[in-house]
Amino acid sequence: MAWRFKLAPDKTSFDFFRWQWVTFGGSLMLSVMAIVAWAVMGLNYGIDFKGGTTIRTESTVAVDVGAYRDALQGLPLGDISITEVFDPNFADDQHVTMIRIAAEDEAEAVTPEQIQQVEEVLRAAIDPNMTFPSVESVGPKVSGELVWTSVLSLIVTSVAIMIYMWLRFEWQFGVGAVLALLHDVIITIGVFAIFQIKFDLTIVAALLTILGYSINDTVVVFDRLRENLQKYKQMPLREVMNLSVNETLARTLMTALTTLLAVGAMLIFGGDVLRGFSLAIFLGVLFGTYSSVYVAKNIVLFIGLDRSDKAKKSGTPDEFANIDA
Amino acid sequence: MLNFPLWKQILTWLAVAAGLALAVPNLYYVQVEAHNDAAKSVEEAGFATTEQQAALDQWPDWMPSGLVNLGLDLRGGAHLLAEVQVTDVYKARMDGLWPQLRDALRDVRDQVGSVRRQPTQVAHELRVEIENAAGMAAAVEAARALASNVITLTGVGQSDLDVTAEGNVLIVQLSEAERAQVDQRTIQQSLEIIRTRVDTAGTREPTIQRQGADRILIQVPGIGSAAELKALIGTTAKLTFNPVVRRGTSEDQTPGAGNISLPSMDEEGVWYTVEEVPVVSGEDLTNAKGDFDQNGRPAVSFQFDARGARAFGDYTAQNIGAPFAIVLDGEVISAPVIQSHIPGGSGIITGNFTVEEANRLAVLLSAGALPATMTFLEERTIGPELGQDSIDAGRVATLVAAGSVSVLMIASYGLFGVFAVVALAINLGLIFGIMSMIGATLTLPGIAGLVLTIGMAVDANVLIYERIRDEIRNGAKNAARAIELGFERALSAIMDANVTTLITAGVLFFLGAGPIRGFAVTLAIGIVTSVFTAINVTRLIVTYWHNRRRPKTLVV
Repeated sequence: MAWRFKLAPDKTSFDFFRWQWVTFGGSLMLSVMAIVAWAVMGLNYGIDFKGGTTIRTESTVAVDVGAYRDALQGLPLGDISITEVFDPNFADDQHVTMIRIAAEDEAEAVTPEQIQQVEEVLRAAIDPNMTFPSVESVGPKVSGELVWTSVLSLIVTSVAIMIYMWLRFEWQFGVGAVLALLHDVIITIGVFAIFQIKFDLTIVAALLTILGYSINDTVVVFDRLRENLQKYKQMPLREVMNLSVNETLARTLMTALTTLLAVGAMLIFGGDVLRGFSLAIFLGVLFGTYSSVYVAKNIVLFIGLDRSDKAKKSGTPDEFANIDA
Repeated sequence: MLNFPLWKQILTWLAVAAGLALAVPNLYYVQVEAHNDAAKSVEEAGFATTEQQAALDQWPDWMPSGLVNLGLDLRGGAHLLAEVQVTDVYKARMDGLWPQLRDALRDVRDQVGSVRRQPTQVAHELRVEIENAAGMAAAVEAARALASNVITLTGVGQSDLDVTAEGNVLIVQLSEAERAQVDQRTIQQSLEIIRTRVDTAGTREPTIQRQGADRILIQVPGIGSAAELKALIGTTAKLTFNPVVRRGTSEDQTPGAGNISLPSMDEEGVWYTVEEVPVVSGEDLTNAKGDFDQNGRPAVSFQFDARGARAFGDYTAQNIGAPFAIVLDGEVISAPVIQSHIPGGSGIITGNFTVEEANRLAVLLSAGALPATMTFLEERTIGPELGQDSIDAGRVATLVAAGSVSVLMIASYGLFGVFAVVALAINLGLIFGIMSMIGATLTLPGIAGLVLTIGMAVDANVLIYERIRDEIRNGAKNAARAIELGFERALSAIMDANVTTLITAGVLFFLGAGPIRGFAVTLAIGIVTSVFTAINVTRLIVTYWHNRRRPKTLVV
């Protein structure tokens, strides 16, 4: 037998329910903590959701946030926040900041004159050769709609996935899978709340991607569960579940690792513009892998399956196998 | 012996070859882009300059030349989301209707008495107070006579005006059907005019799209800033000729009903009080061009259409000696005194123009005025350097991701891992091929989608290989059988897993905008190609290998 790198032994027989009160309880607690953090600390919404303007500055002069703030103090603008941006891709003398100007109420996107003023003031005070590689303004009207669209898209995706799972499996699987997904998404949002990482439209895209990835993982376990339920009709549900998770463990870990490697590469090398996005997906993949092993099936076990019903759906598991690949 | 029908082998390889051939131009992005640009302008002009010929020669004509479009966030450029204030048009319509209604009511004066227009907050409404409430029926009838039918696609002949009464106030409103019609026309006109203006600026591949009921999305790659783009398209260039009531040195606080006070463009501190309803407007212009007046100063000459010429002719004939104002975007360019009757409908506008300003105004006037003002809800400028940085970072991330995933796959599955890596490489090629073919746009999140696909595409291979291992452990009767069962039994999990991800991509596409949509497209294409390469291509390679080696035992 040739040597192989293995994440899990060939045959495992872990009892994934043994520490159920720790794992599932822990998940519940984390979810609650995430929601609390979200409610109490709030998210650091970007201009997509709050309206306002961001200006990216680039200069060869090292950044002193205080000096930037002083320079902009005199301008008649809304709340200003200045953050320095770091990235391994930057050259040594490349100093980047993001300046965010809050939207004045009811005002439209900040006027070009205001932006020009900011640029002039900074050039005068900090560095005459300063450049402004990106300037983005979103009016409050649009940002309000974007919030709604984002929430809607998360709901629509969840419901669509639930319906698909219900069609292909049993409804209990759909509920289990979607609750596990919400768990992943909520905890990821919690991390963004606790660390006050900028939350904008791309993060919502990342959350949706997490939905897609995590369901992937859960489906593989459920697919095996469905198969085993037929094979071992007399075995208690809990044991069939354990068997299925053990059988798919090698694949679950392997796919999680390949995805984490890819997303990790993006997190480190993909540039600062995408960092939040990559981070959200990275976290989502971690939580998603965990939840497909420890959360989704537990929910199905709680709800219970009517296994006599299985006879009716016996045709499903091999449905695709007849397609000539 | 594993079986793979010949026709299916051929089809698979053809698909791979076609996909890769379509992807190749992207490796030579700069040359191919220059070639395509040159080819386009040569086709328009009918001949090729030396430079264009050189650009053409950079890329052979028989090769596919489709490229993946780069999104604004990668190429740099400006993005604007504008909202068209359709209520402007309603208001103009109601203002235009007032004189007609006044005349109609004058005809039934014996029943309604004197009439007075009342101010209103609703743009599509005209409120008229009549002296004699008992004559309301006659007033309503007179107003209804002014209505005509709205021609809609559904063909239902609804009236364009709703006439109601409230005590002694006659209320005339644009009907809902007419407003829908006006909205449609206004947006359509605005789109056309913006397109003309952006095209005259000569930038490449702008995107100008209607979004929702009353919004327009404008994306112009390569332009310096959103402010520049706004200056280009945001000018309404609304030209009107209004009768002058009086001239003053400060803003008139009480201009009187139906009048407005407007500043002069050139004379500091001079204000004109003019009648709000214009005699003629820029919409009645057929042609305008940069010109010089009799003193050799830059000016704009123009020509009215038949309707405009008649209105202008009649007005000048009746008002000799009175001044009238030429108003552009709320400022009075000049207010000459009418010397004589001006028939024929042509004229010249003089002001303090430079030659450039005169020419620019002429272009704006002949492209037509925007029918309504626009407010800008969202503006983004991305510099080309930032875009290039993002491309470079994305390239590094993609290579690192592909490299590390390859190492892991080979370490885990040996030769089968190599097969998976070959499939992954083909997969990446196919994604670019398909994106070039359909002219999809690659955005920064799209690159992220690509990287993510690298991580997730091997999942199908992992599923298959793990399944083959299971089948070997469970005592499949030989290697061929284990491979066959592995592919077959992994299929349902692969399908379910990918359909759910496809659902997510679909939602992202329909609800997302711009960059996010680019992500959804890359993700969706990646899913389809990865299923194809994992199932078809990998299986084909495994089949070739198996049939040549005939292994007794199988080590995956």
